[in-house]
Amino acid sequence: MGIKIKNISKSFKTVKALKNISFEVNEGELFGLIGPDGAGKTTLFRILTTLLIADEGTASVAGYDVLSHFKDIRNSVGYMPGRFSLYQDLTVEENLTFFATIFGTTIAENYDLIKDIYVQIEPFKNRRAGDLSGGMKQKLALSCALIHKPKVLFLDEPTTGVDPVSRKEFWDMLKRLQQKGITILVSTPYMDEAALCDRIALIQDGKILQIDSPQEIVKHHPKKIYNVRADNMYLLIESLKAYPDSYSIYPFGEFVHYSDKNTAFKSDKLRHYLEEKGLKNILIAETKATIEDTFMELAK
Amino acid sequence: MARNLSGLNLKMETNTKHIIQVKDLTKIFGDFTAVNAISFKVNKGEIFGFLGANGAGKTTAMKMLIGISKPSKGAAQVAGFDVYTHPEDIKKNIGYMSQKFALYDDLTVKENITFFGGIYGLSRKRIKEKTHKLLAELGLEDIADELVGSLPLGWKQKLAFSVALLHDPKIVFLDEPTGGVDPITRRQFWEMIYKTAHNGTTIFVTTHYMDEAEYCDRVSIMVDGKIEALDSPKKLKQHFKVDNMNDVFLKLARG
Repeated sequence: MGIKIKNISKSFKTVKALKNISFEVNEGELFGLIGPDGAGKTTLFRILTTLLIADEGTASVAGYDVLSHFKDIRNSVGYMPGRFSLYQDLTVEENLTFFATIFGTTIAENYDLIKDIYVQIEPFKNRRAGDLSGGMKQKLALSCALIHKPKVLFLDEPTTGVDPVSRKEFWDMLKRLQQKGITILVSTPYMDEAALCDRIALIQDGKILQIDSPQEIVKHHPKKIYNVRADNMYLLIESLKAYPDSYSIYPFGEFVHYSDKNTAFKSDKLRHYLEEKGLKNILIAETKATIEDTFMELAK
Repeated sequence: MARNLSGLNLKMETNTKHIIQVKDLTKIFGDFTAVNAISFKVNKGEIFGFLGANGAGKTTAMKMLIGISKPSKGAAQVAGFDVYTHPEDIKKNIGYMSQKFALYDDLTVKENITFFGGIYGLSRKRIKEKTHKLLAELGLEDIADELVGSLPLGWKQKLAFSVALLHDPKIVFLDEPTGGVDPITRRQFWEMIYKTAHNGTTIFVTTHYMDEAEYCDRVSIMVDGKIEALDSPKKLKQHFKVDNMNDVFLKLARG
């Protein structure tokens, strides 16, 4: 059950959107597809939800083949596309009733499943969907994707452009849905959200770079990483770039994540070099690789 | 009338250090106050982060600052010009780039540069020079004649930023410039921002990435139309006794 993807490829004219992708999502798992815009995430979602046919390979969702049993899949999955796809001219309640009716159910029958989410927008149930704020639209879209009690839920970048508070609330909701036994495949460009998944696949340019749990995936980073800080960020980055021993330099919040070409890295040597460049208040301290570090290293 | 609303009533110091001065700036739609008497100043050459939850009023405030929406109350000066009386002068002296619209997909890289250069009133000669320089800096010479629509998002955004700087504006406003961009390109984009600020251009930027908030000299955080905090990331973290900007944001915006 869950999701099985085997050797899936898909091209659009000359662009290879997916290149021989294989992985499985276990039943009841919260699985994250992590990658930037244009990595192929949406194409994969469209193949799994039977809206697009792959050029090569096979896939099954909730035990059904995407080609031979596409109708069964459509009845057993919920799909929340990246772009808001509800009827703007219908009210909140009308949209929800519409989707319930299409799947031969009622709001009352599955109210329990959406209750947590729907109560937050219920005060606005007579408002047109087009007039809702971004956060409310997102909650309505999720309610509509859940109203037929799907076995598998597909969420394509549900939090893109959403502020950190609403993003956190959304992930809390996903955790609760997972506890109700729903398998969830979710994509996101935010690396911090990756840490909240059971397992993640890092994807770029149509290829899977790595699949593992968030705790394990950072172990695929081959280098030691150092937090470097000084009083002038611009000068610091420029100086580190010119440093002959530097392997990678990435700004990370208040620090620069630095890794050295040599395994026997001497922080004094670097400190001395930076001082000569005129930098002050220099700090160099070892730190742990994050998922974002790992992604950037693998995507190099 | 408009004149009375501006600098004359609310005496504003003319300080060359501050490129943006905002005092009690307010925007009311019907019975809804989208921006509620915000006041702040932005220093010349500063990277100023303008943060807030969706619907907090950031976009409305920004629209007033770039001269495309008239305030209901309060005063603001941008690049030395009053938002009530001289919005056209403001537009000439600022650059603007948003995530949603920046360049024309149906024009080539070169055509976009020429088009925006023309809009900003640059001479043909100047446009030619700028095009050459810009393409070389971004390493885009080989694809100068390709449609912008065919470029990866990250390249588009870097190009859009450079185009927003074509007329050497004093300030550039960036509205979520890095949304959905891959982590490496996101960092290259910020390196461009640092470089631009280093050369004296003021950066006014919104983002939902809290690690990017750390890259700013100072950040303001808007909650329900008001600015609830404004300081350097370091001081904000100290004040709220947390070790990253994400937690500062959560504490403020959640109340």
